[in-house]
Amino acid sequence: MLASQETNAARATARTEGSVLEVSLEGTWRLDARTPRWDSLLGQAGPSAVRLRADAVSHWDTSLVVFLGEARRWCSVSGAACDVSGLDEKMRSLSAQFEGAMRTCGHDDHSKSFVVEVGLATRDSMAHVKGLLRFVGEFWIDSTRIVAGRTGLRWNDCLNEMQRCGAMALPIVSLISFLVGITLAYSGAIVLKRFGGEIWVADLIGVAMTREMGALMAAITLSGRTGAAFAAEIGSMKANEEIDALSTLGISPVRFLVIPKVLALGVMMPLLAMYANCLGVLGGMAVAYATLDIPPAAYWVEMLTIVDLQDVLVGVIKSVAFGLIVGISGCLRGLQADRNAAGVGKAATSAVVTAILLIIVADAVFAVLFHALGI
Amino acid sequence: MSMEATPAIEVADIASGYEDQLVLDGVSFKVRPSEIFFIIGGSGCGKTTLLRNLVGLVRPLRGEVMFNGRPFTHADPGSRREMLRTFGMLFQSGALWTSLTLSENIALPLEEYTKLPGDEIRNIAAFKLSQVGLAGFEGHYPSEISGGMRKRAGLARALALDPSIVFFDEPSAGLDPVTARKLDDLIVQVRDTFGTTIVVVSHDVDSIMGIADRIVMLDKDARGIIAEGTPGELAGDVSDPRVAEFLTRRKGRAG
Repeated sequence: MLASQETNAARATARTEGSVLEVSLEGTWRLDARTPRWDSLLGQAGPSAVRLRADAVSHWDTSLVVFLGEARRWCSVSGAACDVSGLDEKMRSLSAQFEGAMRTCGHDDHSKSFVVEVGLATRDSMAHVKGLLRFVGEFWIDSTRIVAGRTGLRWNDCLNEMQRCGAMALPIVSLISFLVGITLAYSGAIVLKRFGGEIWVADLIGVAMTREMGALMAAITLSGRTGAAFAAEIGSMKANEEIDALSTLGISPVRFLVIPKVLALGVMMPLLAMYANCLGVLGGMAVAYATLDIPPAAYWVEMLTIVDLQDVLVGVIKSVAFGLIVGISGCLRGLQADRNAAGVGKAATSAVVTAILLIIVADAVFAVLFHALGI
Repeated sequence: MSMEATPAIEVADIASGYEDQLVLDGVSFKVRPSEIFFIIGGSGCGKTTLLRNLVGLVRPLRGEVMFNGRPFTHADPGSRREMLRTFGMLFQSGALWTSLTLSENIALPLEEYTKLPGDEIRNIAAFKLSQVGLAGFEGHYPSEISGGMRKRAGLARALALDPSIVFFDEPSAGLDPVTARKLDDLIVQVRDTFGTTIVVVSHDVDSIMGIADRIVMLDKDARGIIAEGTPGELAGDVSDPRVAEFLTRRKGRAG
């Protein structure tokens, strides 16, 4: 039924009788084969009447309907008479329907004027701000209710999240912070060698890791690993009406989904940051031993001359804030996601971008703050 | 339309399911060209599994599906692709691509499989939408229309390439009775227009009695077909209580 008709190609021949254009159609008309087009058949001719004949068409599909519909459309636009008596009933009704569809979808201009664009953009950003405020409000209310003991926290969910975002992130955090330690040691060594003070690599890495890099690296890793996952999970739950299902049960999605996740990250992030500190120092120690001939014991003693608990505390305080930032931006973007497949992807991307941006901003704020406090 | 003509679809001895638990075992039937063929049965009887085997989403553990006499299940990827082009499928929820407008949803298969110019593809998309009663909704996104409209748009997409066979997965699921009957009319209209072979998986008795030419009924415990015939034959058959119960919903009320 399909392959045997390939040989009998679709043809349209035009013959002029006075001012009447007679078009005879023949062969097999198939969408995926090359079929004649009305425009090219007509050329420059401007007949006052068109007669369509399709007696010799052996098999046809929408491609023939397209041809006939365009012919009829041309006739009605140019005012030519169209004789369709040479077509069978089905061709006539389908081509009339096609012509109708062409007429309605002709003006397909979706571009908007500048004023309309500005208006829509303003409305969108207003809705955005409203959504943000609503989220912040709900988050605050639910958190205070939990703290006041008026409503329960889903501890099991929270522990599961902790395992997923904490323990299971250990391998990637180890690798990244160890490599950061190595990189810092090499670049530090270049400068410190000039002064003959290679031993100070230990001080450099000790301070840089505990105060800055441990928290930062853990936060950036988790914003990609966990923040994006939160956004995608909540986003697809929203697309799937699961969030609506919670709301209709009177369960606050923020209490049920967001708070356990944010809390888990807020607890696990400082632990991961401290772990990252250790691995970074280990990386520096390895470089110092291998290329600068500094024994690990000397490295350790030298590091402790400058790094004290206060530096570690600075890193921990920052990482708590980073954890909350990653968790909140992941959940917020997930709840804001459009209810479609592309919306989920956009939510995940925007969760990571938001989280990293806010982490860097917060880091700068902390730097100024700690400087002012003299810590 | 004799049985001797090459069947549009021939299912030969299919077994499907999981290694340890077969859902279907030894299912065979033939679908004639231009027939509206229903696969019916209660929940969990393997209707959807069978449909997934037919369209090649899941390969059966055993057996072969043939379209117009050509083996499909064990064909090479090239000829599978060529045969897939002649299918249309309407998924249960429409399965429209949510990031595309209705017009773009229908244009996508046309862009992939034909060399038609863009304006012509847009016209065809508008035409297909008008055929399912959605004229004027070309620029709408799937999220902006109702469930019944989404299903009709899914049908328009399934029909985009003028398939010779269209599969329907539970067409009336989630629709009100009036909309469901309209969709049934549309199914008949599609068959009448292009002589399309239609395979419907359904448990909607009104649809079954209304538009089916022939039916096979699957059963969970039998792991296969327990009845085959026209709606009239199956409804008149009182020998198998499972069939009578399904088609007349009369269990427990007889006495």
